[in-house]
Amino acid sequence: MSMLRPDLAIIADNVAPSTRALDIGCGDGTLMAELRQRSNVDARGLELDSVNVATAVAKGLSVIQGDADTDLAYYPDGTFDYAILSQTLQTTRHPQKVLDELLRIGRHAFVSFPNFAYWRVRWSLMWGGRMPMTAALPVMWYETQNIHQLTVDDFRALVAELGLTVENAWFLTGDRRISPAAANWRAEHAVFLLKR
Amino acid sequence: MSDDQRYGLARNITLAGPLVLDGGVQLGPIDIAYETYGTLRPDKSNAILICHALTGDQFVASTHPITGKTGWWTRMVGPGKPIDPERHFIICANVLGSCMGSSGPASTDQATRLPYAMRFPVITIRDMVRAQAMLVDHLRIPVLAAVIGGSMGGMQVLEWAATYPDRVRSALVIASAARHSAQNIAFHEVGRQAIMADPNWRNGDYYADGTVPSAGLAVARMAAHITYLSEIGLTEKFGRRLQARDAKSFGFDADFQVESYLRHQGISFVDRFDANSYLYITRAMDYFDLAEEHGGQLANAFKGSATRFCLISFDSDWLYPTPESRLIVHALNAAGAAASFVELSSPYGHDAFLLDVPEMYRVVDGFLRAGIA
Repeated sequence: MSMLRPDLAIIADNVAPSTRALDIGCGDGTLMAELRQRSNVDARGLELDSVNVATAVAKGLSVIQGDADTDLAYYPDGTFDYAILSQTLQTTRHPQKVLDELLRIGRHAFVSFPNFAYWRVRWSLMWGGRMPMTAALPVMWYETQNIHQLTVDDFRALVAELGLTVENAWFLTGDRRISPAAANWRAEHAVFLLKR
Repeated sequence: MSDDQRYGLARNITLAGPLVLDGGVQLGPIDIAYETYGTLRPDKSNAILICHALTGDQFVASTHPITGKTGWWTRMVGPGKPIDPERHFIICANVLGSCMGSSGPASTDQATRLPYAMRFPVITIRDMVRAQAMLVDHLRIPVLAAVIGGSMGGMQVLEWAATYPDRVRSALVIASAARHSAQNIAFHEVGRQAIMADPNWRNGDYYADGTVPSAGLAVARMAAHITYLSEIGLTEKFGRRLQARDAKSFGFDADFQVESYLRHQGISFVDRFDANSYLYITRAMDYFDLAEEHGGQLANAFKGSATRFCLISFDSDWLYPTPESRLIVHALNAAGAAASFVELSSPYGHDAFLLDVPEMYRVVDGFLRAGIA
């Protein structure tokens, strides 16, 4: 459990036992395996990378190779208690559509993302004048999959615009959980729990 | 168990039937040739049925009696392999309509004491599966831990899951489709026309004198074999290299290695396969459309299913390309079924499911282990 990435640990702690969850961008299925083992969650996954899918399926998990931008449409309404999108929103072509889809498929949605307004990112851009490279954003601008960078405040604005409700929110700096105060400055990562 | 005549290699059973076929005909008694490997647990929880492809047979992991070659899926089935006789009870049966001991056009029609030939009823994939279910009944196995197959074998797996959802815990479908496309049907029609154009075919009545339509069947096999490979695979293996000569002959010998290879594939095939069986089985595949059997909605085939599914496709397979597998996956999602799907990379085309693709064996192993305690 201690091996779980901090944002995934928050999600794992807050998914109710014996529910159904869809992990979108599930990687090699680490969170799914944790949810299955710890909380008897019926977890399904969607993942773009075939090597990750093969690894997850080899763990006995139900994972489908597919794209969050196109393949969510094939899931019926209300199939899951939770739709989980960890560190993936900023890589989708249509984040607002994906958010809408999450809460069509799931009754609740967990969304985690790196905060582009984190002070180190601002500092790096302000003084370096180059696209920031930080622990949370370690890839060069021309190689990053993060095509839709966002901040905590951007996310809150989009959630309001889409008429969604924030049920809970958690903020992280490194591996440490921090208070929500001035999160747009102080948080390196954010995890939101939403409902319609 | 070991002295039970129902279990072991090279088994043959005649089941009374009758089997009511999709075409409306009643067929019976029915012969089924099959093999089993491993030991059935007392609670019967470890039975795996393997479904073979168009020209496959029951010799999945034992020596073929005609060719002397080792089993066709020894990469998948054997000690230490994903399907392991040390852990699993493995069943593989020759499909209805084939020619390795199960009832087919070469079998004797009890009514006339002559081979059926083209008087054998046209069968479907579902008919093959119904016959397998009769065999599984005979083996007194109520529920199969897994049904697994590639290509036409995958179609049978889908049909098993749709027809007997309570008897299949895990379904593994490799390089397959839920229906035959126009292109699939077109290639099969070329093969059938090649057979029927052979003067030795004689409307299928060639069994008496042993003069079989081997030229036609060989051409059918050659055309089909191309569809099992990929362009990149053919180019890597043969390119434009010449066969045992330094220059083009300016004639019509097999100048190119690829020609020589295909001719060999065709000639060696006729030694082990019956031309009429080729007609019947290709027809069954062409007729296959699982959605059509379920009111036009593929998802209906899997509604309420508790079966776990795993689908695998290959990026170089143009016979049953990845979008065909995705159609099935979308239907499984819509039906709420537990499904996994991965497209694996391989240069081998459709034949990849039989060849050295380590990722496939890793996926199959993990999927099966998760399903069988």
